[in-house]
Amino acid sequence: MSTTATPHSIVADGLTKRFGDFVAVDAVSFRVNKGEIFGFLGANGAGKTTAIRMLCGLSIPTSGKGTVAGFDVYTQTERIKRNIGYMSQKFSLYEDLSVTENIEFFAGIYGLSRDRIRTKREELIAKLGLVQEADKLVGALPLGWKQKLAFSVAVFHQPQIVFLDEPTGGVDPVTRRQFWDLIYEAADAGITVFVTTHYLDEAEYCDRVSIMVDGRIAALDTPTELKKQFGTGTMDSVFYELARGAKRGGA
Amino acid sequence: MELAIEATDLSKWYGKEKILAVDHVSLAVKPGEIFGLIGPDGAGKTSIFRMLTTLLLPNTGTARVNGFDVVKDYLEIRDRVGYMPGRFSLYQDLTVEENLGFFATVFNTTIEENYHLIKDIYVQLEPFKKRYAGKLSGGMKQKLALCCALIHRPEVLFLDEPTTGVDPVSRKEFWEMLARLKQHGITILVATPYMDEATRCDRIALIQEGRILQVDTPAAITAAYPDRLFQVKGGSMSATLRALNKLDGIIRCYGSGEFAHVAVPATATHMEQRIKDHLLAQGLTDVVVRPAIPTIEDVFIKFTLEKKA
Amino acid sequence: MATQGKKKRSAHLSHLLSFVRKEFRHMLRDRKTLLILFGMPVVQVLLFGFVLSNEVKETRIIVVDQAKDAVSQALIEKIEASSYFTVLTDSLPPTGITDAFRSGRIKAALVLPADLQRDLLHDGRNTVQILTDATDINLAQTIEGYLTAIITDFSLADGMAAPYVIVPETRMLYNPELRGAPNFVPGVMAMVLLLVCVMMTAVAIVKEKELGTMEVLLVSPMRPALVIISKAIPYLILSFINLLAILLLSVTVLDLPIRGSLPLLLAESTLFITTCLTLGILISIVTASQQAAMFASLIGLLLPTMMLSGFMFPIENMPLPLQVLSNAAPSRWYYVIVKDIMIKGAGFSSIWKETAVLSGMTLFLFAVCLKKFNIRLSER
Repeated sequence: MSTTATPHSIVADGLTKRFGDFVAVDAVSFRVNKGEIFGFLGANGAGKTTAIRMLCGLSIPTSGKGTVAGFDVYTQTERIKRNIGYMSQKFSLYEDLSVTENIEFFAGIYGLSRDRIRTKREELIAKLGLVQEADKLVGALPLGWKQKLAFSVAVFHQPQIVFLDEPTGGVDPVTRRQFWDLIYEAADAGITVFVTTHYLDEAEYCDRVSIMVDGRIAALDTPTELKKQFGTGTMDSVFYELARGAKRGGA
Repeated sequence: MELAIEATDLSKWYGKEKILAVDHVSLAVKPGEIFGLIGPDGAGKTSIFRMLTTLLLPNTGTARVNGFDVVKDYLEIRDRVGYMPGRFSLYQDLTVEENLGFFATVFNTTIEENYHLIKDIYVQLEPFKKRYAGKLSGGMKQKLALCCALIHRPEVLFLDEPTTGVDPVSRKEFWEMLARLKQHGITILVATPYMDEATRCDRIALIQEGRILQVDTPAAITAAYPDRLFQVKGGSMSATLRALNKLDGIIRCYGSGEFAHVAVPATATHMEQRIKDHLLAQGLTDVVVRPAIPTIEDVFIKFTLEKKA
Repeated sequence: MATQGKKKRSAHLSHLLSFVRKEFRHMLRDRKTLLILFGMPVVQVLLFGFVLSNEVKETRIIVVDQAKDAVSQALIEKIEASSYFTVLTDSLPPTGITDAFRSGRIKAALVLPADLQRDLLHDGRNTVQILTDATDINLAQTIEGYLTAIITDFSLADGMAAPYVIVPETRMLYNPELRGAPNFVPGVMAMVLLLVCVMMTAVAIVKEKELGTMEVLLVSPMRPALVIISKAIPYLILSFINLLAILLLSVTVLDLPIRGSLPLLLAESTLFITTCLTLGILISIVTASQQAAMFASLIGLLLPTMMLSGFMFPIENMPLPLQVLSNAAPSRWYYVIVKDIMIKGAGFSSIWKETAVLSGMTLFLFAVCLKKFNIRLSER
């Protein structure tokens, strides 16, 4: 398979998406290395969501080239979906199913065997400290726990890449850090992490960060390099410097 | 002077199991103040907002807004306050202009009458005034919602997580708008899970699991931080934290942006050097250790970890 | 004080107007729902009308006239005179009929016995044989019904002595042309009004709850009751348009005249619409999601009322418990009212009882609404 031939989990080459005469994503090019934590930042309306949808095989690009986990974003979207995990702030788990049922359901989607699901399920519940809550409905859990569980479910089938769309919004500072511990753990296990966030301190935790402005990638480097380039001490000012010039606030 | 918001011993529980969302909360907000309720999702902020805006009845305690009782005088309060609920609560299939016009009529006013109040915000929306509200970006939606909540020149403005899910630039702009509104003498109660926004408030209440942890000005709260804090760096964050966890005499350590934050007892001496030596001994390079000024987030983390311990 | 009261009233009025305007915008922008709302009554009326009025039209029938006397000739002429049948005059032996059926040349056959006239005079009765193609059971039954009716009518009209008369079916009394339309038009009216008023009103109000806009409206000087009333007005108007469309179609396309007074019909319909709106509001008060509201109106209300209103199944044929239950369905009363006005041409004096029942129901539902109505958010 082509996945072994390239060191990149994601390759985007002039990836473009138009809606009528509106260019949501404008010839975006970047590469994400295997096992990397890649921060995907941008203002609301900059085109992040559209870009992620293309990379996840949910939306076919208008032009450009792209592969995710070695699979083509035009022709192999089904195989892409099988090789990635996805978690967003809005929809992640079924609130009216229990912790165990959620794990079983999502693992079942990816075709894991019953035995493997059972052993891994026990491991996961123990690791997250949810033994007492295993049969509780997910809706009754605090947000932070839900998000940790949702992440664990998203990487349960050991995908090559996991996409996280604002996973920590509204989560308390301590749980937010625990969440990032889970991200590190996944990255150490070789899973590529593609994450969007509005917390700029979290941008510091990424290996590399890209910042989208008006459908284009305006900057892409390590946090240290970016701060050096912009002659500032915080990612906050880097982001502000770039996004302030955005023309597309209302999009 | 009469308080703009005065809550005494407010509690709220839900359902048969009486799950406690708000746990005997008392608050006093002065007129013309920007008062922040700072806490994560599920801390009870929305329940407090709904009780103060007369949408929910408290199970215990009383509250007054501009002198009116939230239970008895709910109609008076509804005439006088502006409220922006947590999720986007405008009509997605109406245009920007139509939404604003509708809410103006609902509040017995016109767009022109209080235009000066919303002008700064509305000029940014004006190019999109024929666009459906559902097609706006997150930041623009928040601005429109704020305009709609302001259109009748409320005496007290309730903003429940107005910046959640909004990008940092829009968030900054949003807070600049609030600062300008304060100059018009409007009292603002605002809830947010973003700790960095706390410093934008005159006074804040830190809230967790339905209980208020501390109320004061942001500066006073950080000044009261009991421990000494250092920012530490040495290679990767996870390696730094692993090494720090092996060091005796520190109270807690955690990542905070580029650096790890390390809290040590105020009485401990020579800690800066000790930490540095320890990290070097653990094989880390480019070690930086220097005193740090605590932020609201550091305070919040302290409360959370102490509660767990 | 007076000026303040006036100011308040004008505020309420402007609230109402801007709310109604907003509601129309919602309605007009949701093209699909709009299409269904306006298309449904039209399609239903045309569909029912088309299907029912064409069922038996110039159906080919063979009359095997073994009598060949004055009575049989008169009867055949009568059958032929109706637009429902075309009489094939081939004289066939009784065995030939089977072939004619098989080949599809005819849908029915009538066999008149040789001694038709004599037997009638002597014994006061005789038997004629009606044969129909029962592969299409509905059609066969309809043909049979029509033929029987014509024969019965014939025996009455032609001055045969009273003892020979076969008991005529009462349902034909007010529908001598035997058309289906009069029965279904009131039914469709009741159904469409129910659907639009109950379901759409309930869904529209609950949508505001789901969207969170109800929260903003509650924390505003707009009084909650006004929110709900102004939500109902656009649907009242919409239902009225639908009502007029149905009436117009039934008069022009289906040739069904309104025998009674049109103002009375419209007034009674307004009463029924009000009943339905109140029901819709009640559903919106007790449900929290659009889905629940939809289910409550469809499964809990629409289906039973359709079944029990007498439109689909005659109430007299129902088991007693269902007959009793049918009294609770507002559409049952409205159905009777519309039938009486439109078809019988009845005046208010003969429908005052039904009107009273509907008014009582509306008042009762309104009282329940007031009691259940919440000026705050309902708790989780």
